[in-house]
Amino acid sequence: MSLYKQTLAELAAGLRARKFSSVELTQHFLARIDAHAGALNAFITVTHDSALESARTADARLASGRAGALTGVPFAHKDIFCTAGVRTTCGSRMLDQFVSPYDATVVAKLKDAGTVMLGKTNMDEFAMGSSSETSYYGPVKNPWNTALVPGGSSGGSAAAVAARLIPAATATDTGGSIRQPAALCGVTGLKPTYGRVSRYGMIAFASSLDQGGVIAASALDAALMLTAMAGFDPRDSTSVDTPVPDYAALLDKPLTGMRVGIVKEFFDAGLDAQNAHCIREALAIYSKLGATMKDVSLPNLPLSVPTYYVVAPAECSSNLARYDGVRFGHRCSAPRDLADLYRRSRGEGFGAEVKRRVMTGTYVLSAGYYDAYYLKAQKVRQLIAKDFHDAFAKVDMLMGPTTPTPAFAIGAKMADPITMYLNDIYTIGANLAGLPAISIPCGFVTGLPVGLQLVGPHFAESALLNAAHAYQRETDWHRRIPAGAA
Amino acid sequence: MSATEWETVIGLEIHAQLATRSKIFSGSATSYGAQPNAHANLVDLGYPGVLPVLNAEAVRMAVKLGLAIDARIARTSVFARKNYFYPDLPKGYQISQYELPIVAGGALEIILEDGSRKRIAITRAHLEEDAGKSLHEGLPGVSGIDLNRAGTPLIEIVSEPQMRSAKEAVAYMKKVHTLVRYLEICDGNMQEGSFRCDANVSVRKTGAQEFGTRAEIKNLNSFRYVEKAILYEVSRQVELLESGGKVVQETRLYDADKGETRSMRSKEEANDYRYFPDPDLLPVMLTDEFIEEIRRGLPELPDEKARRLESDYALSAYDALVLTSSRELAAYYEEVAHAVPGEPKLAANWVMGELAASLNKESLDIGESPISSATLAALLRRIADQTISGKIAKEVFEAMWAGGGEADAIIEAKGLRQITDSAAIERVIDEVMAKNPAQLADYRSGKDKLFGFFVGQVMKATGGKANPAELNRLLKRKLAG
Repeated sequence: MSLYKQTLAELAAGLRARKFSSVELTQHFLARIDAHAGALNAFITVTHDSALESARTADARLASGRAGALTGVPFAHKDIFCTAGVRTTCGSRMLDQFVSPYDATVVAKLKDAGTVMLGKTNMDEFAMGSSSETSYYGPVKNPWNTALVPGGSSGGSAAAVAARLIPAATATDTGGSIRQPAALCGVTGLKPTYGRVSRYGMIAFASSLDQGGVIAASALDAALMLTAMAGFDPRDSTSVDTPVPDYAALLDKPLTGMRVGIVKEFFDAGLDAQNAHCIREALAIYSKLGATMKDVSLPNLPLSVPTYYVVAPAECSSNLARYDGVRFGHRCSAPRDLADLYRRSRGEGFGAEVKRRVMTGTYVLSAGYYDAYYLKAQKVRQLIAKDFHDAFAKVDMLMGPTTPTPAFAIGAKMADPITMYLNDIYTIGANLAGLPAISIPCGFVTGLPVGLQLVGPHFAESALLNAAHAYQRETDWHRRIPAGAA
Repeated sequence: MSATEWETVIGLEIHAQLATRSKIFSGSATSYGAQPNAHANLVDLGYPGVLPVLNAEAVRMAVKLGLAIDARIARTSVFARKNYFYPDLPKGYQISQYELPIVAGGALEIILEDGSRKRIAITRAHLEEDAGKSLHEGLPGVSGIDLNRAGTPLIEIVSEPQMRSAKEAVAYMKKVHTLVRYLEICDGNMQEGSFRCDANVSVRKTGAQEFGTRAEIKNLNSFRYVEKAILYEVSRQVELLESGGKVVQETRLYDADKGETRSMRSKEEANDYRYFPDPDLLPVMLTDEFIEEIRRGLPELPDEKARRLESDYALSAYDALVLTSSRELAAYYEEVAHAVPGEPKLAANWVMGELAASLNKESLDIGESPISSATLAALLRRIADQTISGKIAKEVFEAMWAGGGEADAIIEAKGLRQITDSAAIERVIDEVMAKNPAQLADYRSGKDKLFGFFVGQVMKATGGKANPAELNRLLKRKLAG
């Protein structure tokens, strides 16, 4: 049976046509997850029993004709989304034993849509990392070459979808954590507009940048998932009350006349020449589809990495203060006093990268440094957002590479955080400006996938998905499956 | 120490708990006295992934206060995180307002007992959430944490350092206390901690321009403590300075049992709170329409009401201040005054005198008074129409307080009706004069002081019911012979 090769859209159609049941589909993917667990380490938790129970419920709904677009479709959550009754670790020892008493809004919405959750995917600890190596549960492997990283922080979601252990998975993106692993694993990753998807129940890393989204095998699949996930949430003050269209129904629009901005700063010295070549070829296809190309500049974009590495750690230093060993999360054994409880619980519960960022963030918010770091970074952030705004006065969307290079070796950048951080140089801008962006597979360099990034104005998810879908009708990069996944 | 050499400088930070039904950022109830943690939901507990949502009612209440103190209402205000670790602070930060508070630049006028008035400027008032409580009593070896109070909405009202004595500080605090209850934004219950303050106290040589180093006395939850703590702190600082020492900037606690303040932590030990705008909450943007609608709904405020009472009822400024200390008291007074036409001062004296004293003795609020305004008014009407004297009225009042019913019934039942009939009074005077010939002779030989003796004897004989004015008039004539 090769059900796994089908896209989520195809599987959903097959379920509705009763070609196979949700239970069969669930068993099929559970078997794949189990079979590849050792090789990829993409999952932290696999929910065999509750998945089959959900699948049975979905089958009943399908039989009664009350099924929705996603009823019975298996998927997985990044282990950053709180799932009632199911352990939610955020990739950290701090939350190793944490069972959430409630569902995140995204989790509740996908439940309501009748989807079947098969488990929780591995990730960088508290979403801090670009390689999924900072996880307490060990590194995730890239299905295209298991000696390489899958990217991060949503590396488990990207690797699982790339290896077709699951048709789609939720993910989150604070500085590129959806798009970069999607690019390195050869799958489609959509980071929506800030505020499009509720953050309630999504464990916070950097609140003003975090955005939930999806990793799937195609733009159509991402569109189906986003329709179910998006929407205003009264529990999240930063979510935006804008109607959610049926994104999948809005695909197949011609690209004639679409103005594409080619961002000068995306093609800098750090961009691998072969990557650049793949991107140029993808742009040529867009030209063929009727888009017009225009050179644009985002002059402040090169400041995005330093800006991000002030703002994100500042917010994280505060967001992670709640992990104090008092009520939930890791508590050290036999604390001598309160200070000892804090020191050891946090010292033992957090890994090195989290500590680095908490310390950086604490420093940049400290009396006497706030203006020089945090305040200045917020000003630069405004300038970067304005650059994007100005560009969108001239073009409908921006295109360029998602990452400077294809996947790198596990361990290669762990000793040098700055090099690691620079892997997000093309993706961070969209987070700082709150813009939607998508990464789609656009070729291979030495057998490794390359991602093309599309960035649009606020709430242009529909246009991005349409453009990605148009490209995917012309190409089959997104249908390539790594050899080891068979 | 020589008090005249030193000037006291006080600024108050008043924390008033807003009377919203739910917490400022969660749907939990705010009621006091529940089982520990009965009113603590996931947001209050700071669980991973939860987010705050601002309670619009808290914003409305803050705007009410701002308008009532004639302050600027910020069209944009911002919530910030104040970061510090403490077990009763589950998120590791308190959501407060820092650089852009919702209310800035107001003032209140205080009236002191001598009738003098003083304007106290208010720097700002900002919204914030309260922390929980750590419990130690009855828990040997461990600390308990009660998060019922965590997330309760507070408004912190920060004055300029413009008070120059403990009395001024108390007058100001009372004024704010009155105001927040008028506005119905705080129940003012100080025992439960709904209304409390931190006092910043310093001293300087009289005439000096620079402020001295201040100490902050935390968490004072009664007017009496405020006064005592400030007086203690001032003498401590003066003694320190006069003996060549230096005041250190620090936080101090007032120990009510010992009547002294003691050091909690110095500035060097103080936290660096690392304030920054809370990214989970949008800036609060208020429209002119929103603010104007709140302005239209404001009640008559204490100052306005006091001015009106002064002119409508010809009361002194101080009487008007006391009678307007709560909306309920003022309403009670006005009901009494209306029901006893032409006697507003009599009504004021009774409400502020007998009634207030009796309420105070039993720690009752005016709303809990066993004597209604109509019942008191019926009594005062009997004074006004001379059915009874003021002295007898006190007896009737006591009977009413004890549940004896209406004034008229008590007067009838006890036969307390005043004797105004001249002939009847004269008869008694004659009897008294007959019984006391020696005193009468002394009086007539010049011992004027014995007049009181005869008044007393007549009153005794009439059971106090003789009309005092009439008695005086008749007695003078009779004694003169």
